Amino acid sequence: MSAQIEQSSTLGVLGTVREGLRLSPAMRRGLGLTFVLALFATVGRLIVPFAVQRTTDAGIGGPGGVDTDLVLTLCLAAAGGLLVTSACTTWVNVRLFKAAEAGLAQLRIRAFRHVHDLSVLTQNTERRGSLVSRVTSDVDTISMFVQWGGLMLLLSVLQILGATVAMALYSWQLTIIVWLAFVPMALLAPRAQRALNTAYGIVRVRVGSMLAVISESVVGAQTIRVYGAGLRTQHRIDTAISDHRNAAVKAQTFASVAFSSGVLLSGLALGAVVVAGTMLGIAGEITVGALVAFLFLVQIFTGPVQSATEVLNELQNAVAGWRRVISIVHTPLDVDEPERPQPPGPRGPATLELEGIEFAYPGGDLVLRDINLTVPAGARVAIVGETGSGKTTLAKLLTRLMDPTRGRVRINGVDLRDLSLSDLHARVVIVPQEGFLFDGTIATNVAYGRSGASPARVEETLGELGLSDWLATMPRGVQTDVGQRGESLSAGERQLVAIARAYLADADVLVLDEATSAVDPATEARINRALDGLTSGRTSVAIAHRLSTAEAADLVVVVDAGRIVEVGTHAELATGGGRYAQMHSSWVSQGE
Amino acid sequence: MRPSPLPAPPTEAAFALPGGAVRRSLLLLGRGIRSEPRTFAIAIGASAVYGVGLVASGWALGRITDRVVVPALEGGQVPSSHIWWAGVVLFAIGLVTAVAVALRRVYAGMAAFDVQAGHRRRVTRQYLRLPMSWHRRHPAGQLLSNANADAEAAGGVFVPLPFAIGVLVMIVLASVAMLWADLVLGAIGVSVLPLVLAANVVYRRYMSPAITVVQHERAAVSDVAHESFEAAAVVKSLGTEQLEEDRFTTVTHRLRDANIAVGRVRSVFDPVIDLLPALATLAVLLVGAHRIDSGVIGTGDVITTAYLLTVMTFPVRAIGFVLGDIPRSLVGHDRISRVIDARGYLTDGTAGLPAHGGMRVEVEDVTLAVPSFDAQGERTTAELLRGVSFAVEPGQTLAVVGPTGAGKSTLVDVLARMSDPTSGSMRYDGVDARDVGARSRTDAIALVAQSTFVFEDTIRGNVALGDDVEDGGSAFTDDEVWRALRTARADGFVAALPQGLDTVVGERGASISGGQRQRLAIARALIRRPRLLILDDATSAVDPLVEQQILAGLREQVGDVTVILVAYRTATIALASSVLHLERGLVVDQGTHPELLARDLGYRHLVTAYQRGRAEREAGR
Repeated sequence: MSAQIEQSSTLGVLGTVREGLRLSPAMRRGLGLTFVLALFATVGRLIVPFAVQRTTDAGIGGPGGVDTDLVLTLCLAAAGGLLVTSACTTWVNVRLFKAAEAGLAQLRIRAFRHVHDLSVLTQNTERRGSLVSRVTSDVDTISMFVQWGGLMLLLSVLQILGATVAMALYSWQLTIIVWLAFVPMALLAPRAQRALNTAYGIVRVRVGSMLAVISESVVGAQTIRVYGAGLRTQHRIDTAISDHRNAAVKAQTFASVAFSSGVLLSGLALGAVVVAGTMLGIAGEITVGALVAFLFLVQIFTGPVQSATEVLNELQNAVAGWRRVISIVHTPLDVDEPERPQPPGPRGPATLELEGIEFAYPGGDLVLRDINLTVPAGARVAIVGETGSGKTTLAKLLTRLMDPTRGRVRINGVDLRDLSLSDLHARVVIVPQEGFLFDGTIATNVAYGRSGASPARVEETLGELGLSDWLATMPRGVQTDVGQRGESLSAGERQLVAIARAYLADADVLVLDEATSAVDPATEARINRALDGLTSGRTSVAIAHRLSTAEAADLVVVVDAGRIVEVGTHAELATGGGRYAQMHSSWVSQGE
Repeated sequence: MRPSPLPAPPTEAAFALPGGAVRRSLLLLGRGIRSEPRTFAIAIGASAVYGVGLVASGWALGRITDRVVVPALEGGQVPSSHIWWAGVVLFAIGLVTAVAVALRRVYAGMAAFDVQAGHRRRVTRQYLRLPMSWHRRHPAGQLLSNANADAEAAGGVFVPLPFAIGVLVMIVLASVAMLWADLVLGAIGVSVLPLVLAANVVYRRYMSPAITVVQHERAAVSDVAHESFEAAAVVKSLGTEQLEEDRFTTVTHRLRDANIAVGRVRSVFDPVIDLLPALATLAVLLVGAHRIDSGVIGTGDVITTAYLLTVMTFPVRAIGFVLGDIPRSLVGHDRISRVIDARGYLTDGTAGLPAHGGMRVEVEDVTLAVPSFDAQGERTTAELLRGVSFAVEPGQTLAVVGPTGAGKSTLVDVLARMSDPTSGSMRYDGVDARDVGARSRTDAIALVAQSTFVFEDTIRGNVALGDDVEDGGSAFTDDEVWRALRTARADGFVAALPQGLDTVVGERGASISGGQRQRLAIARALIRRPRLLILDDATSAVDPLVEQQILAGLREQVGDVTVILVAYRTATIALASSVLHLERGLVVDQGTHPELLARDLGYRHLVTAYQRGRAEREAGR
């Protein structure tokens, strides 16, 4: 059944990172070597402080006065070390960038594909703006983090460990004091991280809402102008922008306070070491030189503790984005591949059977019940009924955009659910209500899905469908640009392109979801001619809004309030005095 | 709080930044700071306190080591209260520094987010202000990217900026102290800054093009995702998920490669920025040792200079962050400038229109030309309307009939003043459309377009749409809303919705079908009792039966109104008091339906095509 995409997954931070890495295998590639290189890079951060200390202690302030040779040796060694470790840093950075971006590209593509595999897009056509943000800005958030945070975290942790070992060599007591000073942080950190986590989660949701409202001003531009709703829309946008800004400031405030606690505790650690170290020194436990060296190490220790907290805070932001992407990938597919696909049988017009079908949208009442119908191979069937009678839902079941709640749809005796999706798509094609076109030419749109089809083949196709005269009216023939969403063409012309596209797809069963009950008569005549060409030699089911379609059909099926109420030929039903006869007389009175 | 009104001040300076790289960078930073002076002042002040705290901490530790720690350990008599005070002083400096850090970050973040929010407001105001012709040229995905990723990039540099400016104080103090200690060593230390700036010039040369590519590819990814999700029905029906995945993979990989290219540049530049002060420190030690040896300076001077240089590493890094972010922000700024500096608004006049009765519409010799490409792909202009003239008397109904490409939708655009004619004029009740006030026009005219748009709002809010209502609110009573819904034959499905009029539809609300959207749009037009109602193929997704009912109920609901409709069905055309036959932008004929049938061959051909098609088919069976 139709699954709802959650706003965000409920995984914990570690779970999110682990799942994120699992979904982006490229991110883990070569991590071993990167780690080893990072060790060298860490050493680079300690070179200058140690060189200063050694030079001033031994080279300049030594007992025998200034030892310029020693200073020269030390400085040259340090410079050499710096160059080598800098090169390592560059190398680590490049490796991290490459792995992270490759991994995130995998994640982006995977989420994108999953959105297409879900039926949510075809059921709820309104949700696109915020779905776009999941494969764009949410992934960008992770990317921004990995770009600087990854290396920083690695280097900081290594530096903390290194400094701890060095400190312990001078005095284990003072080392414990330094670690104790940071205990409050360790205790408060989980709570702070949770608060931050929530705050960043809200920021991501607000970005989605903001994009949704902004997309109204773009997609609904004409309506806004006609009704003078500019100020109102602007007000809505301003509110969404402010909401996002406020959420971002709040998250930033949490992060800042958490970070500053690290600075505060560094002060505490330094103060405590001075007091305790002096006491220890008086008690003869530590020498002056060792204490001075230890104080120096404390500063090497506290720096990375601060940057590590910073990185962990920022990680919450990335995790919030990560969760939203993961929640997409984790949404279960409602229409999936059968475990053991059945062979679809020979090509050619197919028989369709609907058997005891019921359908209800999740949490809703039955919109279809007790549907039983057999469509003989090669027949043209028109399904008619009022808006809301359930005929569009029926079309979706025929093409397995959704599965019935009860009952089955069979093609040549095989349940649709037992066909592999690629076989299904090769056999059954729906020509949807709104002939959506991609920004491109007529040729690319007709050839869509058949990438091998040349412009010449497209022209031929249009000719076979009797559309050459229409093509002649296009300024650049098949190379005419159709504009965004095909808006340079009229609704009827978009329909023509969609028909030609379906013709090239060469299916055995066609489901035509007619949309335009009103296009200009010339185009309508063309559409009818093209449909004739499209449906000949195939089984077709048309969700009919046009009288002509019902008239031309071999079989008319009348649907009312989710049930089939009449089945018969046009001639039988038109004179039968039933529902169809009523609709027909109203059509005729309009058409003539 | 009401938003400020839409029209732009007529003499607004261009938003784009003029000049060379340095001038543009300074302008970008200056403008940002000037837009939020108080917030930036607090952030910069806190940053300066932080810098001083950092220096103070090092200085205090040195003094405490000399005066307390060493004497105590070497057996001197130091009162234990001194030892405790030493600890308290270090902790207190830590406390002040911590508060300064928190303030700096909170306010720097606030300043940056405010700058970004300001950019977003400017950009989206443009989306609301620019004409339809501009919108048709710009893909939705790209505009979303401008308001999101580009606005964010443009404001990105303001996060590290207060830090960098605040610690300038520190750099100045440290430089003076270094030069005071020894001119030669000081010169080595101070030379770090120009070297960092020079490195940045090189960096920017590589970075700017790389970042431009990234922002471009981000927009491309957004665009493909937007279009592909919109095409979901087609994708599903043809089973082309793989094709779409491939298309998305191509742009995603281009973005990935662009990001990696940026990463390479940063990977080289960041260590270089760190390396410069480090190497300078070593140089100070080396030169310092020689100068001590030759007796020019004392040991203390070298230690002080080396220490000050170490202290300077951090602020130099902060400046590095700013310099590193500038190219990205400049690119983002350029991209939003293209939106903000776009012009071609339709300016409104101030004239009013009568409040009641049908409107008299006059179109006089209207020609509308747009830039276009000819068959060879050369730039040219295409005339969509050519010398069109006609008039509709108050309360009359005019049907506009013509084949695809005749200019019907263009004419509708002109009639609703979505665009102005290139020449000729268009008058409402004798007043030129360009002179009419925006409010007078939207009060008087309603247009139901081919493709309808539903806002994420309640049914009530969608029907009552207008500037004078809040979300979910309405300037109309529920009775009026229901009456309009009834006339538009939308009452049935609305009554069946879980929350009736309060049901939220649109982006994240309940989903409704194409026909239901159209009927909602018709109700939206009817409720405001327009004096001129324009229906552009407004019932295309509605059953013929329902269409007939809607059109029949129209006058009952709206009363005296002038109606212009783009029509296809003979029954619809028959409702009109006169018919305008349009072909290739020209008026072929105007008259009643029977008149045109009798004398206009093309017209007869057009409106009987449907019957002929049917006859042909029957003959062919």
